[in-house]
Parts: sequence; C-alpha cells; structure tokens
Amino acid sequence: MHMADALISPAVGGTMWATSAGLIAWCARKVKGVCDDRLVPMMGVMGAFIFASQMINFSIPGTGSSGHLGGGLILTILLGPHAAFLAIASVLTVQALFFADGGLLALGCNVFNLGFFPAFVAYPLIYRPIAGARRAGGRAWTAAIVAAVAGLQLGAFGVVVETKLSGISELPFGTFLMVMQPIHLAIGVVEGLATAAVVEFVARVRPEAIATTPAAALGQRSLRPVLAGLLVAAALAGGGLNWFASSHPDGLEWSISKLTGKEELEGSGDGPRGPAARIQEKTAFLPDYGFRPAESKPAPAESSAGPGAGPWPAVSAGTSVSGIVGGLITLIVAGLIGYLLKRGGRTTT
Amino acid sequence: MDDLGRMDSPIHRIDARAKIIATAAFVLAVMSFPRYEVSALMPLFAYPFALIAVGNLPAGYLLKKVAVAAPFALFVGIFNPLLDRQPMGMIGPVAISGGWFSFASIMVRFTLTVSAALALVACTGIHRLCAGLKMLGLPSPFVVQLLFLYRYFFVIGDEGLRMLRAAEMRSTGARTLAFQTYGTLIGHLLVRSMDRAQRIYRSMVSRGFDGEVRLLRREAPGWRDVAFACGWIAFFAFARSWDLAEFVGRWLSRGPS
Repeated sequence: MHMADALISPAVGGTMWATSAGLIAWCARKVKGVCDDRLVPMMGVMGAFIFASQMINFSIPGTGSSGHLGGGLILTILLGPHAAFLAIASVLTVQALFFADGGLLALGCNVFNLGFFPAFVAYPLIYRPIAGARRAGGRAWTAAIVAAVAGLQLGAFGVVVETKLSGISELPFGTFLMVMQPIHLAIGVVEGLATAAVVEFVARVRPEAIATTPAAALGQRSLRPVLAGLLVAAALAGGGLNWFASSHPDGLEWSISKLTGKEELEGSGDGPRGPAARIQEKTAFLPDYGFRPAESKPAPAESSAGPGAGPWPAVSAGTSVSGIVGGLITLIVAGLIGYLLKRGGRTTT
Repeated sequence: MDDLGRMDSPIHRIDARAKIIATAAFVLAVMSFPRYEVSALMPLFAYPFALIAVGNLPAGYLLKKVAVAAPFALFVGIFNPLLDRQPMGMIGPVAISGGWFSFASIMVRFTLTVSAALALVACTGIHRLCAGLKMLGLPSPFVVQLLFLYRYFFVIGDEGLRMLRAAEMRSTGARTLAFQTYGTLIGHLLVRSMDRAQRIYRSMVSRGFDGEVRLLRREAPGWRDVAFACGWIAFFAFARSWDLAEFVGRWLSRGPS
C-alpha cells in the first residue's frame, strides 16, 4: 500500500504533499490547542507501538496466511483523529526515511491514503455512529470491521487514482482497481478483527485508559474545515496539473489520451474481455489519437543521426544506441567521481 | 542507521536544511523526467554516490535496504512490458518495446530516489534531520512526534518481540499465534506502552517538559551549506534540461570520424 516515488509524477506528488502538509499543520494546531502535554509522549509511544505490533502476526484460520494490525483505525480510536493523524504521518515518515518503505515525494500520497481516510472518514462517519461509546461486544466489532474495510477501500482507491493520474505505470485503471480493491477488502476485514480484539482487551483490563485518552476531547469536531481543505486541494490539483500540462506535455497528454481512449472502449458496449484483446485494441487504437510517446527530447538527435524520422514508432537505432552508451558512461563517471571523492576523503581524514 | 548519523565527515557537517532542500530538489528532478527516459537519468546518480562517498557510508548496507524495498515498484512496473508493446528502440537486431523502457525507467527512478533518501538520513542522523525540518517550518508537535517515535520504536519493538518469544515458547507446534492469543498479547503490549508513556510523561514533567523538545545547534547556515544546496540544484536543473548521457554518447560514437 505504500507508494514509491518511482510511480508518481511531480504534479500528483506535489499536490498530495501540499494537502498532507496542510492537514498536518492543522492537526498540529489542534493538538497544541488541547494543552494536554500528556498527549505528546502518548502519541510518540503509540506510534512506536504500531510499529512493534506490525512485527507480530496471528494466523488466519483456514487460510494458512497471517495478518497483523494496520494501525490507522486503532490509533484513531485511542487518540482521536487529530493526534492519530499526526502519529500515522510520523510512522509513515520514519518508514520512508529509515526503511525505504514508501518514497519521499510519495509521502504526501501515503499519509493521505493511510492517514486521512481512517482518521477523518472511517472513524467519525462509520465507527462512531455504529459503536457509540461501546468498546466491546458485537456492535463494537462490527463497527471496527466496517470502518477498517471502508478506510482501506478508500485508501486503495486513492492509490489507484494517484497512480493513474501520474501516468507512469502502464496498468489500466480498471484492472488495477480490480486487483487492489478485493485484496484490500480481505486486508480490511483482518485489520478490523485485530483492531476490535485489541480494543476490547484494553477496554476490559484498563477501561480508564480508553476513557481518559483525549479522544473524547478531540473527537467531536465538525468536518467543515476538512471539507474546505479538500476543496482547496482540489483547486490546487487542477491548477497544478494545468501548470504541468503546459510545461511537460508528454506525461499528461499521454494519460489523458489513454483515459479518453478508455472511455470510448468502455462506451462501445463490449462486455468484459481478456487483457490480450484489450492490448490489441489499444495498440490499434492509440495512433488514431495522434499519440506520440515521450520521445520529444531525442527528436533533434534523431533527425541529425539518420533518416529515421519516419512515422512513430520508427526510432532510429543510432539514437537509442548512443543513448545507451551515453547512459552507461555517465553512470560510470558518476561512480568514478564518488570513488575519487571517497579516496580523497580518506586521505584527508 | 543511528551510528552512521553520528559519524563525522564533510557531508555530515553540512547543515541539515541544505541537505534536505537538495534531496527534495533531487527527488523532484528525478520524478519530472518523461516516462520513457532511462539514460538521461544516469548523470543524477552522482548525487547519491557523492553523499555515500564523501559521507563514508557503507554502500553495500544501503544497497541492501534499497533492495528490500524494491518489490512494490517491481510489482507495479513489471506490467509495463506486458501492456506497452510498441517497439521504441533497437539493440542490435532485437526490438525493445516501450514497456521495457518505462519499466527500466521506473526501476532507475526507484533506485535513485530511495538511495538518495537513505543516504540523506545516514549522513544527517535523526536529531539533526528533525532540527532541520523544524527550522524549515515543520510544525513542532509533528517534529516532537517524530523524535519520540524514533526514540521508542526500538524500545517497544524489543518489548513486543520478548512477549512474542514468550508466547511462542508456551505454544509448541503452532507457527503463528492464534487469534485469541494475538488480541491478548497485542492488548497487553498496548497497555504496557500506555503505562510507559505515562511514566515518560511524569519523568519529563519533573524535568521541566512543557510540550516542546528543544533542539540545540541553531547556527546560521554558512557559505558551504548554501553552496552545497545551490550547486546541486544547479546540477539537477542542468541534467534535467540537457540530456548529458545522450551528449556523451553522441560525442563518443562520433569521435573517431
């Protein structure tokens, strides 16, 4: 579920960064406003707890696989949405920095997918209405499972949309969606079960722990600021995408042509078909759109290197070979610089 | 990682802000390349290589960390060669489809960004990194949260693994925990973590904690730091605008004539 930098475009990554940074700033102000210093170590240790709990698995009966706690929902139940959002964001930041789990530019996407949905959608809109004040029994379990499933479904949908908008991966929207959503349905049920079990245990042995966590103080806020933030983010996204569209036409035009192509394919009323057929249709289809790949850069080289300036996809062999040679050589030069710097560093230190 | 951050080298001495800004610019530059680009990305390897070399970081160790994180990018990228079959280039008689180019591009981007991020952390250390982030305007509750998380992650992790080992020793034959045991065990871990948070809070309050962790080392950035950030950003901009690899390759293949 953690997205990598390699799969998103700067427009998508930057927009999601701005959105998540805004949410973090807002949550940080809220948490500061509570004036409860106790929350500070509590949030840190709870974040560490989520890390630790993810190392411990339980077996899922009858499947041979195992599951563990996801973290977003249980943190929200224990700490309230704002503190939980900060804790989730910090967990993801540490994962990105120290474990290379999720990218730096993708951090905005990851924080939004895994933090915003459980803390500000699944918890206030699903868990609270169903569970109320109960933390044990059927209703609490149902609430946890439904909320976990909903949170993860939204998160997985976010991943698919962000990947699609970035236009780096070749996966068709529908196929990717059909892979991600069912997998995360299963993961969501498991997370919901684990969350409910842990919450029930804590409610039984330490009822005051849940009652006294500042969740109550922080939980009941209106969603209006969040919605306003989303609106701003949407506006930003539109503006940002337009800006990139003018400066870098390749990626976006590509994805748009692909998306429109998709629509027409679906609109033709042909039912489900195999991926092979879809590939065929696409390859026959895209040239109609005057689609050119992101090869605008080597184009001058192409015209100078040889007569290969025919219709796409005829790329002259000379261009790509010189590209490969040059790539290898610059890689070696970069490595050599590093090596020399290292030797230089050794002699001076 | 912690030991690496505490080492001393010219790179370690660069202000954390300069390194954060340079790395952010680096990631942005890598991301902004068109999707089929492979060779033009190569010059950018200079940045992580330089950090690793000057910072005296163990390259093998960092590479292993990059490899561990690779499967997700691999999973999403591997479909490109299957789905995008337009031939785009030739190596000898073999036509290479666009999908392979974009797949290679994804993997190169991945290696670049992940190695740069790891190198940044390894040559800065969490404390300087957090101080830098705070000075760059990250809200202080979040910085405090990061520091706490990092400090207690290992403590609680060890505690969890101890409890897991105890549970495993009492349940011979079972490969993983049963669900009931899991709920109880994690619940206990949670209660213990909460108690620990209370103890930490009390001991911090008795030492004058007021919700703010004060980070020292607040010196102004020197000319070295400014030069570091500006120099690298200029290099990234240069490598982004001109295809250095293409240039070198053409120059070489033309050389003899």
